[in-house]
Amino acid sequence: MDFLIFQAPILMVQASMDGILLGILFALIAYGMALQWGVMNIINIAQGELVIMGGYIAYFMYLSGIHPAFGIIVSPIVMYCVGWGMYKLVINKVVDKDLFTSILATFGISILAQQLMNFAFGADVVVAQSDFGTTMLFNDMVTIPNAKLFAGAVCVITAVILVIYMRKSKLGRAIRATAQNARAAKILGVDTEKVYAATFGINAALCGIAGACVAITFTLHPYTGLPYTVRSFMIVIIAGLGNLPAVAVSGMGLGIFEEWADYLLGTEFRIAAVFSLLVLILVYRRFKLSRKREYLK
Amino acid sequence: MNKNTLLYAGLIIFGLVGAFIFPAYKLQMSFLYILIVLAMTWDVQGGQMGYNTFGNILFFGVGMYVASSTQIAMFFSLAEWTDAGGEKTFVHTVPQFFQGFGVGILLAGIIPTIIAGVIGYGILGLRGHYFAICTLALGIAAGEIAGGIEIIGAGQGMTVPVWPKDLGSNASSSQFMYYLSFGLAVITFITLKWAYSTRFGLVLNAIRDNEDKAEAMGIHTMRYKIIGWMVSAFFVGIAGGLMGHINGYIEPNEIAFAGPTFGVFMVLMAILGGKGTLWGPLVGAVLFHLFKEGFWTYFLGWQYVALGVLIIVIVVYFPEGLMGWLREKYPERFGEVIDEADRTAQVELK
Repeated sequence: MDFLIFQAPILMVQASMDGILLGILFALIAYGMALQWGVMNIINIAQGELVIMGGYIAYFMYLSGIHPAFGIIVSPIVMYCVGWGMYKLVINKVVDKDLFTSILATFGISILAQQLMNFAFGADVVVAQSDFGTTMLFNDMVTIPNAKLFAGAVCVITAVILVIYMRKSKLGRAIRATAQNARAAKILGVDTEKVYAATFGINAALCGIAGACVAITFTLHPYTGLPYTVRSFMIVIIAGLGNLPAVAVSGMGLGIFEEWADYLLGTEFRIAAVFSLLVLILVYRRFKLSRKREYLK
Repeated sequence: MNKNTLLYAGLIIFGLVGAFIFPAYKLQMSFLYILIVLAMTWDVQGGQMGYNTFGNILFFGVGMYVASSTQIAMFFSLAEWTDAGGEKTFVHTVPQFFQGFGVGILLAGIIPTIIAGVIGYGILGLRGHYFAICTLALGIAAGEIAGGIEIIGAGQGMTVPVWPKDLGSNASSSQFMYYLSFGLAVITFITLKWAYSTRFGLVLNAIRDNEDKAEAMGIHTMRYKIIGWMVSAFFVGIAGGLMGHINGYIEPNEIAFAGPTFGVFMVLMAILGGKGTLWGPLVGAVLFHLFKEGFWTYFLGWQYVALGVLIIVIVVYFPEGLMGWLREKYPERFGEVIDEADRTAQVELK
């Protein structure tokens, strides 16, 4: 199959363009994960389910005759409430427990959410048609759906707004203070409980926006959440916590990798490639770190 | 004859005659023994060593595929077998069946062990979050890859060789599988009980309590971690091989590399019973199996919802497990001596 690279370089351009636009979306989800990881030291396995849930909200708007693009406004509002409720019901009890407890608890939430979505929305693959048309480039050889451009733009704008909000607003400052040192923040009068709930809500809202974008550009299915979790985890461990440019770059890198893997290995190995890449990155990371340890000796 | 001997004898006798007392539940009890093996081997990592893995399901699936493929490939062409799908155009004779079965089960133990050794060297150096998510990815990646390989049936899966007709009906087959899985559970229990009583068990606990300190004391922690994982992989692989035969059918994502079912079950069972104890996973497996059958019978259609709720409830409200709770309640029974004076002094200090 790899002879295609040389025979049809334009297809690789197509794959790369798709990858970049996809990567922006991943980066937004990953930023949400980095936020709650940094602030609460929790890895949310249900992250992907939040994305899919947000997507279904946009899909429902589409079903009821509203243009699904408005999902980017409605779904974060709904998802903020979902995230806030999730925090109050479950997460606040596992925040200061050991790491595995939170992973397993969110894993339980993820199974629960999958099943509930399966009951509520059915097990069919759905897509919300946006009728945005497509843009042709390079003599019509590369086609880009306008919906993807729209989604990319939405993600970039959201990220910019979020960064400004985190810098300037009172809550943003409180969140950053809690991430640095929860105890000190508490002493100085920050209500960490509220901050945690807000962080979780903001993360869910980000997932909601990303989900609405997924709904208009890709497909939705109740069981496809976990790959989004793994992708965002991967992006966060490559980029580090709280490093937004690095998150964006590694998100796009992952997107390009995925489109190329899809194209070169075949679609059936796409998810396998993502998961294997995560294992390889972690193993590489471990050997790199252990080499550093030897050096210190 | 003390209490322990009685308990062991009772369990063994129950296992041996169980198939005759409750013939209708034979299949369920074979499942239970497999679940016990899964829970106990998960506890080697999760409980004793403190490495919470979601990845033991990898060995389960590999063992399942290896056992059946070997049994088929020893006598027929594997590709033609999977092409034929459910059609039983190839039939094993009695000696062929058992030769293939024996070799297959043996390989189902050995190959996952080797895989555990190789992969373990790479990923057992990870800690905490990283290890848990890495193993989660490992199990799912294996399922996705198996779903793309044509010769073992890709996404459709493959059928397992059927029990030879000359040996009678399905009843004798399930009898055979019952005793094999019971035997596996007993051997796993004995091996782990022995292993925990040696230096090996102490080292595992030392790794759990403080790995850096253990390393500083001159223990080659990596070596022990890999051996621990290989032991788990061996038993889980064989359990997978047996499970393939009990099911009669292998499918990559729902049966072999079933992360959301068996992969989570083993973690839950160990936690429910109390991780880090010898008996905890066993008790947890029995309880969980009862729960699960109840869910599957009374909440049909909602069973995974119930499962999700059960996970959250156990993890959030009951993380110590049954054995942990008993230990807190009756410390004397676990050989812990409490100094009353010291305790009252501490209470006063508070």
